[in-house]
Amino acid sequence: MTLPDAETLLVTLAEQIRRDGRASVALVGIYTGGVWVAERLHRMLGLSAPVGTIDVAFYRDDYKKTGMRTGVKPSDIPFKVEGADIIVVDDVLYTGRTIRAAMNELFDYGRPASIRLAALVDRGGRELPICPQYLGAAIDVERGRMIELQRDDAGRLSLSLAPPAA
Amino acid sequence: MIPNPQLNEEGKLKHLLTIEGLPPAILMQILDTARSFISVTEQEVKKVPLLRGKAIFNLFFEPSTRTRTTFEIAAKRLSADVVNLNIATSSQTKGETLLDTVANLTAMHADMFVVRHAQSGAAHLIARHVGPHIHVINAGDGRHAHPTQAMLDMFTIRHYKGGFTHLRVAIVGDILHSRVARSEIHALTTLGVPEVRVIGPRTLLPRHVQTLGVQVFHDMETGLRDVDVVVMLRLQNERMNGALLPSAGEFFKHYGLTPDKLARAKPDAIVMHPGPMNRGVEIDSAVADGRQSVILPQVTFGIAVRMAVMAILAGN
Repeated sequence: MTLPDAETLLVTLAEQIRRDGRASVALVGIYTGGVWVAERLHRMLGLSAPVGTIDVAFYRDDYKKTGMRTGVKPSDIPFKVEGADIIVVDDVLYTGRTIRAAMNELFDYGRPASIRLAALVDRGGRELPICPQYLGAAIDVERGRMIELQRDDAGRLSLSLAPPAA
Repeated sequence: MIPNPQLNEEGKLKHLLTIEGLPPAILMQILDTARSFISVTEQEVKKVPLLRGKAIFNLFFEPSTRTRTTFEIAAKRLSADVVNLNIATSSQTKGETLLDTVANLTAMHADMFVVRHAQSGAAHLIARHVGPHIHVINAGDGRHAHPTQAMLDMFTIRHYKGGFTHLRVAIVGDILHSRVARSEIHALTTLGVPEVRVIGPRTLLPRHVQTLGVQVFHDMETGLRDVDVVVMLRLQNERMNGALLPSAGEFFKHYGLTPDKLARAKPDAIVMHPGPMNRGVEIDSAVADGRQSVILPQVTFGIAVRMAVMAILAGN
């Protein structure tokens, strides 16, 4: 199957957020791909609040099954969460469990005025009542396959389909 | 080869008993995870839900304030339930054996034991006899090991020096009685520190200590020259049976860290101490409170490092 062009999806996403016309929003990207998307959106939209980054490792619901994975990144929320209008940004939206973990983590920093969700692609397969307010594209991918976001040296983003797990 | 009793079948850390024999990747995982836990302290709710519903028992058969308290805070920040037992004042004085104590606590649905004991090997003994779902952390056993102290020292070194492979580190004082020194030497060499020195009088250095891969010095003037990190050890009065030292005053004269002696090290060298400090015995107040001292940050980092160890063990 052919995947959509990530750079085009970025433009779509930025346009949707811009059209929504909120005065001051703060972006929070989820490691790793979501942080790349958030950084790009931040520049395209010229937002003033710095980009926050979240690694949901300490809030995941599958810790008991999978344990602590290696390469955990420190979360960094460089703005006041209390009363903020936040857009959580991820690259690929799937079961929704990562988004739930991210929201739980954000609430430990304070009570935001609102949280909205921006995703580059939605591959379906939701297991929780979570849906994006801003979306690049919805695509069908068979269960078990992984879509990955890549960033090249020039900072350009692209999507690829990981080979099926052995 | 005898399998490492700390690792499970997949080679993951199940217990933390000693640094000796652990691969560098596991030590780095502890340090990286700890760095992420530092950011939890910036949250308004300084807690993460990882160990919700787990019961952690702090078994301290030997007195300790700092270590026990930081383990307790670490467990609570992971949302675990913590029970502190100071066994010096409980069943053991009534004659219960160590393994019976542990069996009783297991019957109370313990998930993890943090053990401090005056006998070397106590934590190993417990780890060998607990059920497969229970994790054991050695919080200091006799003269043998104190792995979480070594890891928080590694975290401190990496924080201030940015890495390990370009460093010269000196460990000073009572190496003979120090479990911190042993764990520290293993951690430093495993993480690739090219030059580890030990400095102390012959009576306070273990024989053949150089087989651990360290250089031995008996005087501070040459031993501290150009080092990046100075690790001072406490003079272990309570373990000093017999005439190993003329007096504390004499020790301070030769091995106490004063500004003059510290001037031999690099100008940006950091000074560490596992605590509790004996001011005027192994360290001068001017150094302990000086600009090169990172003794209090060590304590703060200790919480994040212990959170990391608990979170990694409980997940494996």
